[in-house]
Parts: sequence; structure tokens; C-alpha cells
Amino acid sequence: MTRHTLEIWVGVFVAAGIAALFVLAMKVSNLSTVTTGDTYNVTARFDNIGGLSIRSPVKASGVLVGRVSNIVYDDKTYSAIVTLSIQQNFNQFPVDSRASIYTAGLLGEQYIELLPGAEDGYLKDGDRLLMADSAMILEQMIGRIIADKISE
Amino acid sequence: MQNIVCWMTNCFALLGQWAIHLFERTGRSALFLSRIFQSIPSTIVRPWLILQQLYSVGVLTIIIVLVAGAFVGMVLGLQGYNILVRFNSESSLGTMVGLTLVRELGPVVTALLFAGRAGSALTAELGLMKTTDQFSAMEMMAVDPFKRVIAPRFLAGFISMPLLAAIFSAVGIYGGYFVGVALLGVDDGAFWMQMQKSVDFHEDFMNGVWKSITFGFVATWIALFEGYDTVPTSEGVGRATTQSVVHASLAVLALNFILTALTLETN
Repeated sequence: MTRHTLEIWVGVFVAAGIAALFVLAMKVSNLSTVTTGDTYNVTARFDNIGGLSIRSPVKASGVLVGRVSNIVYDDKTYSAIVTLSIQQNFNQFPVDSRASIYTAGLLGEQYIELLPGAEDGYLKDGDRLLMADSAMILEQMIGRIIADKISE
Repeated sequence: MQNIVCWMTNCFALLGQWAIHLFERTGRSALFLSRIFQSIPSTIVRPWLILQQLYSVGVLTIIIVLVAGAFVGMVLGLQGYNILVRFNSESSLGTMVGLTLVRELGPVVTALLFAGRAGSALTAELGLMKTTDQFSAMEMMAVDPFKRVIAPRFLAGFISMPLLAAIFSAVGIYGGYFVGVALLGVDDGAFWMQMQKSVDFHEDFMNGVWKSITFGFVATWIALFEGYDTVPTSEGVGRATTQSVVHASLAVLALNFILTALTLETN
């Protein structure tokens, strides 16, 4: 085999490998859907976050507008403080917007749904959402239903 | 009584022999690796040597990786569909095929194939060179066999493995796509969307790439060391080749478990 054909084959191999890496990165992983644009952070206080985790989606009317970037437990108020990173191009949520933790499907992942309020001012970086609904815990609900049935 | 004591001491002697042998080999392989690292700078200035090895280590392994990847992906598609359709969730087929291939099967199966196809060839080649005293002959001519023979092979293996693993995963995903979407009628958009939703670039894709880099490093190191450390007889070359495949495969499987455990723990 001449030097030239060998070089061609190695070139084909390396190109195929890099192309495969590129396909995996763009088509298979979420790199193409990740938004690297500017975000602003608002916090919300929940009594119970259920199965919410960092990187969980934040949606408004079902459309992805941001992600959960941090969750800490506040041992002064005994509640969880969740930081939502919302994309800068969705910066017109009224200050009295409400955050609720919902579950996608019956057993799916949990996400935060933002329900816009009616005030004039808009949320900005560092604000705190005043109204936040905790996650629905399936076990608690079932327990409550059973307790109601028994007491009847 | 005398017999039992004698038997016990023999047992301990055997155990000690085995332990000393193990530590000796571990030490030698570490020294071997450090000599490879020292030789890498003078190898990089001779890319033609690396190119030749890239051909025999990488290009000649592509065929087996392509065929294996396609079939593994097709089996994943078929089996995954059969399980998921019971829960009416065959739209998650993409998630299953993508995550399995990118995180686990891609790097591991490629490394096993690599150890069998390229690693054994490297071991046999070096073993025969040692048996026929070619290393000594090179040293006589003031040619460092590490710079001339071993470091180019090491670099070629190190570069080839991640590329081969990526080819394997990509072909496997299209194999799963072919079976799931084209043959069994899973929705095309759901397949890709569910996959993109659940395969994270940093946590899953990069994890797979790091795994394949690690496996390439380990498999090539073991193959080269087994060849260089061969008992210089024809029987020794045969044994070294077998050992190279067995040790590299076991090392890859064990390392894969450790790496998976480490990356899942941080989540």
C-alpha cells in the first residue's frame, strides 16, 4: 500500500469518527436545544418541592421558559427555596405571578408552571415570587382520601 | 503434624510467590507507562509512524465496529419496543436506545471489540518482536524501541478508541431507528425528541466520551505491556496474546462499573 492510500484511509477514519461525535452531540444529546442565552433568577419558597430537582423545567402555559438552577433548604422558615433561571427574552412576567409544582403525566417528571398575575410591574433579577404552590404528593392525597372514607 | 505444617508453609509460599509476581508486574507496567510518556514528545514529531499505526489499529477495526454497532442497535430497538409496547410507551424507545448506547454499550462493547481486534494484534506483534530480539537489535543501532515502536502504537490506540466508540454509538442509534421507526412504526418525531430530551450533553454524552478515552488508554496500555513483557518463546507469545484480551476486557468491565457508579453518585 502506498503512503498516499494509507493517508486517505486514516483521513476517512478520523473524519468518520468526528462526524459520528458531531451527530451524537447535535442529534442525540440536548446540545441543540440548550439555550445558552442570558437568564435572570427569581426565587420562590415552597413548603414541599416533591421530586423537583436542579435542571427541572420551568414552563408558562406549557412552554419551556427556563430551568430550576438551585434548591436550598431554609432552616429558619423550614421551607425550600428554589431559584428559577428564566430566559431573558421572557422578562415580562408580572410581579404577582404564581409558581406551582406540577407533574407531567401521572408519574412523570415534576416541573414548575408559572401563572402570570395582574400587577403592572415585571419580575426582575433577584425578585421573590410571593405565591408558590407546593407539589402534590400522591401518597398524602391517597392517605387523606382513605382517612375521609374511614371517618364517614 | 509434620505434614500439615509442611503443607501450610507451602501454601504460604505459593501465595507469597503470587503476590510478589503481581507487584513486580504492576511495578513494571507503571515503569513501562512512564517510559511511553517520556517517548511521546519525540514521537509526535514523526507523524508518519502514528499514521501507520492509526491505519492498523483504527481503520482496520472500523468494519467490525460498524457491523457490531448496527446489530446491537437493532437488537436494542427490537427488544426495547417489545418491552415498552406493553406499557403503551413505545415513544420512549429513542430514550432507551440513546441512553444505553451513549452511556454504556457504546464505550464498553467498542472497548471489548478493540481489545479483541486491535489489542491482540498489538500484543502478538510486540511479543514476536521481543522473541526474535528485535528490540535489542534496535537498541544496538541506537534506535529507542519506545520512541520508534511502542509510543506510536500507544498514541494510535489512544486516539482511535473514542472515534471508534462514537462511530459505534452513532451506527447503533441509526440501527435502533431503523428497527423501531421504519419496521415497527414508532413515531419518527417522538423517537428523536424523546432522545434529545433525556440525553444530556454534559452528563451523558461527555460521560460516554470520557469513558471511551479511559478504556482506550487502559486497553492499549495492557496490550502493549503484555507484548513487551512476553516470555520470549512461541508459547509465551500465545499466552501473552490471550492474557492481553482477557485482562483488557476484565479491566474495561470493572472500570466501567466504577465510572458509572461515580457519575451516577453526583446526580
